[in-house]
Amino acid sequence: MDPRRLPRTVTDPKVRHVGFFAPVGPPDESMSSPPRQTTLSPPVAGYSLSPVMIPPPRHLSSDNAPLSPLIAADSFLPVGSYNPSEFSSPSATEDFSEDNFSKDTGWVLNENSGKAALKQNTHAASGLTPVITNEGPPMEAQKEQPPASSKPKKEKTTKSERRALQEAQRTAKAAANAGGSKKSAAASAVVNSANANTKKVAKAPPRKKDSSSVAASEKKGGDRQTDKDRKKDIPHPRMQFDDEDQVEKAKKRSVVKQTESKNRVELFRHLPQYEHGTQLLDLESKFFQLDTVHPAIYAVGLRFLTGDISGGNARCIAMLQAFQESIKDYFTPMEKELTRDLPTKINGYVSFLIQCRPLSISMGNAISFLKHKISELPSTMSESEAKASLLSDIDRFINEKIILAEKVIARHAVTKIRDGDVLLIHGSSSVVEMIFLCAQELGKQFRVVIVDSRPKLEGRMLLRRLLGKGISCTYTHLNAISYIMHEVTRVFLGASSVLSNGTVYSRVGNASVAMVAHQFHVPVLVCCEAYKFHKRVQLDSICFNELGDPDDIARVSGKEDIKYLNDWASIQNLQLLNLIYDATPSDYISMIITEYGMIPPTSVPVIVQEYGEHLLI
Amino acid sequence: MDFQVVVLAGGFSKSLVPLVSKEVPKALLPVANRPVLSYVLDLLEQKNLKDLIVVVEGESAALAVSAWISSTYIDRLHVQVAAVPEDVGTAGALRAIHRRLNAKDILVVSGDLVCDVPPGAVAAAHRRHDAVVTALLCSAPVSGPSDSGSSGAKDKAKKPGRYNIIALDPTKQFLLHIAAGAEVEKDIRVQKSILRAVSQMEIRADLMDAHMYAFKRSVLLDVLNQNETYQSLRRDVLPYLVRSQLRSELLSNGVQSDENGNGTDAMQNIKILPSQLLANASTPSFHELFALGPDGSASMTRKTHKCCVYIANKSKYCARLNSIQAFSDINRDVVGDANHLSGYSFSAHNNVIHPSAVLGSKTTVGPQCVLGDGSLMVDKCSVKKSVIGRHCRIGSNVKVVSSVIMDHVTIGDGCSILGSVICSNVQLQERVVLKDCQVEAGFVVTAGSEYKAESLAKQEKL
Repeated sequence: MDPRRLPRTVTDPKVRHVGFFAPVGPPDESMSSPPRQTTLSPPVAGYSLSPVMIPPPRHLSSDNAPLSPLIAADSFLPVGSYNPSEFSSPSATEDFSEDNFSKDTGWVLNENSGKAALKQNTHAASGLTPVITNEGPPMEAQKEQPPASSKPKKEKTTKSERRALQEAQRTAKAAANAGGSKKSAAASAVVNSANANTKKVAKAPPRKKDSSSVAASEKKGGDRQTDKDRKKDIPHPRMQFDDEDQVEKAKKRSVVKQTESKNRVELFRHLPQYEHGTQLLDLESKFFQLDTVHPAIYAVGLRFLTGDISGGNARCIAMLQAFQESIKDYFTPMEKELTRDLPTKINGYVSFLIQCRPLSISMGNAISFLKHKISELPSTMSESEAKASLLSDIDRFINEKIILAEKVIARHAVTKIRDGDVLLIHGSSSVVEMIFLCAQELGKQFRVVIVDSRPKLEGRMLLRRLLGKGISCTYTHLNAISYIMHEVTRVFLGASSVLSNGTVYSRVGNASVAMVAHQFHVPVLVCCEAYKFHKRVQLDSICFNELGDPDDIARVSGKEDIKYLNDWASIQNLQLLNLIYDATPSDYISMIITEYGMIPPTSVPVIVQEYGEHLLI
Repeated sequence: MDFQVVVLAGGFSKSLVPLVSKEVPKALLPVANRPVLSYVLDLLEQKNLKDLIVVVEGESAALAVSAWISSTYIDRLHVQVAAVPEDVGTAGALRAIHRRLNAKDILVVSGDLVCDVPPGAVAAAHRRHDAVVTALLCSAPVSGPSDSGSSGAKDKAKKPGRYNIIALDPTKQFLLHIAAGAEVEKDIRVQKSILRAVSQMEIRADLMDAHMYAFKRSVLLDVLNQNETYQSLRRDVLPYLVRSQLRSELLSNGVQSDENGNGTDAMQNIKILPSQLLANASTPSFHELFALGPDGSASMTRKTHKCCVYIANKSKYCARLNSIQAFSDINRDVVGDANHLSGYSFSAHNNVIHPSAVLGSKTTVGPQCVLGDGSLMVDKCSVKKSVIGRHCRIGSNVKVVSSVIMDHVTIGDGCSILGSVICSNVQLQERVVLKDCQVEAGFVVTAGSEYKAESLAKQEKL
């Protein structure tokens, strides 16, 4: 794609202005030769110098020298923070794991870049190691010190910690599988603490000692991580479904029997994919045995599984409403506390929902919001009050973060619609629909082009609704995008999530629409509520994605006679890939419209940083 | 899961005379030497449904059933047996016990059902669509059973077309029309409004209503109270719900998400509700499309409710014991093709012979047979594809083929029994030949008599 390269080099400097961004960017020719790192012997040296970038697989080696900087750093993990391992199901844990760290503001991006690097490493992008350390330079000198100083201190404390560690080990065992996500949390903790250290290097060691009473519990958390890491050869940032051991373990835990489908595409082996029919049947037959799952949750899960409910906002609302139902029926068991018992219940529900369908990033945010609210409940509050407060909190989240946000976004976006505009939308997005309706009521003269794509053909319903409102529409399929783009003046896209490097993670097909629009110099406006923003950085749509039912693309809806692929599972050399999401690089996006205003994609981190905490209020 | 289970065990079904008697109500008829009700109860127990209401017609039958249940399922199930007057019908039975219903949804199971379809599947489909009623349909046996010798009451079986005419939507999830085969004379009438809303309808006659329904309690009680004349769930309530699904007068709470006010307020500020957002995002069934109106603008909200079906897989066994024919069919299947249902472990010869049964020399028991405990067979007998109950005494040189012999039956030498049902305490004297007969309990067949396709009962003889 030559035309793609050209604009990219133009926009790259812009990205670099933001500062912490540069290293994250794809190993473009401009960055692949950073000055310093070439001198470092790539993996080990770079790693020991900068704890920020410790790639997980090498941790084992650091264990032999047990006083690795990581251990020291780990123990800074905030207490009482949301513990990702509580989510027993792996695939989506990542989504919420980092939210609490957003409070350790300031260096969020470093963390992200670190994570990105992590991913890249696991994906064997060897060229990236230098880039990683690129980030360290300013701190390098300082960073050398914390490990050094922490080493002896660590030696002393380990003895006293042994017991606590053993206990932690035991408790950690159960949660062992979620280690991947924990690991990433650890990584972020490393970053944060390391950054803190750079500012108060001298302070760090004493802090460890004198705050021992406070630190004890902190350490526990940290140690749990370290010893879990010890157990695991290769901790993954998230559950990798091509790792047979992990999959076996996960299977044992899961409520729903999931049969891995055959003929998976090699590149996407790490994503969960199950044979579609089997899950539903199993879930159905177990209907009365799943006592732990609240009926409302069950019904929602079933609808997720069957695809009756799709779309980020709808799924999130459905889930939250189901949680409301379950909280209404919740009674704290004897000798337990609501703030402790309810989260475990919710975890059970969440893992059930994950087994029905992996959670979206926005749902992860919503869940961590709920948990945060639960943890904030004062212990003196009576149960009924606590429940009422949670219910109203959830209501508020739905109303403010989703409904109200949509309205505000619509109001913002309407200002970008002029008379005579031809607006293009791909798929169906509740926000964009709202915008169109809003513009229609304002009396703007415009036309809508609905671009649809198989297999879901969500655009049809949108088309129907828009036509019902009297908006003139054109309906076409994605294949014709380059022809229809000539007449389009604005492209409006919804998003499943916006990541902090400005990448828009959304329904598959959006990326190609955005690219074509970019080629035709048509502005691409992405509409996304701020609760869908996430600190994560993702460069491609491979390492994290969702696989849909391959049968959906093998079949043609409404044409039963087309069944050339009926028994595709038995054809050895055929693999079907039905991706659900794709990632649009920020270069192709002109503007992101959120309830906080219209921002360029480079400003996403600002929103995440500034409003990240407020999300949880 | 907020489900309540009601088992309608019936009473003394007239269609099963002479098999049923005062002592043996329909629910206790033996299928492979176990009361037929035990199949349903086991199925439910297996799925962790331990709180049941069993409704029996008639006091004496209720006593018999509850005695049996309490002796068999003591501390395994928590069963309430409710007696209702006879001939109130299934709807009447539910009306009579409506005070005991308090869960959100009610699962109504017929007590004469022998199947291995998980009831959870029906319940799950019900919950998934938030339906008013969900019915279990299973593929009807392809008229095959009658060719084997067991077609005892073939001539008596009601009418050839006793299967239901069932219309489904293209996704095979919603019920659009249902009519019992017996009620169909020449043509069936399908409502235009439904047809217009669905645009495509699949009419099938190869499905059987298995009489396992999940009802929304509020709706069920509303219907029962408003229509006092409704007698049967299958004939009255279900067709009513199906008929009225697009012009619902039932306040089916929550079926419609959009009834609570998206009333085209042309305000600057568009009102959206979470429910509407949800509705927009979910794959709509034709109900929602219809409710939205032809232009999708929801200018007039029409109330609808959903009637769902769960179609059991073809590999599942499902049958109802509602006729004599069915009785012998089920007995044959449970020891034959669907023997996983019987709960017995079959021997290498594919039969079950209780260890306390005594076989004489040169007596053969073929495959697909069950021999109850304490039965005695003298020499040179041959048993094929039959079920023989407890403590029977069978003389020498007796042939039993494709028959059901209940407990305490005495059969004299040289009898030949083909495709017949012989109830408890019957005495057959020597050289009786029975073909496709039913013999009432306690009957005595005199020596040397031959019967073909007859029902032998005391009343006729006296």
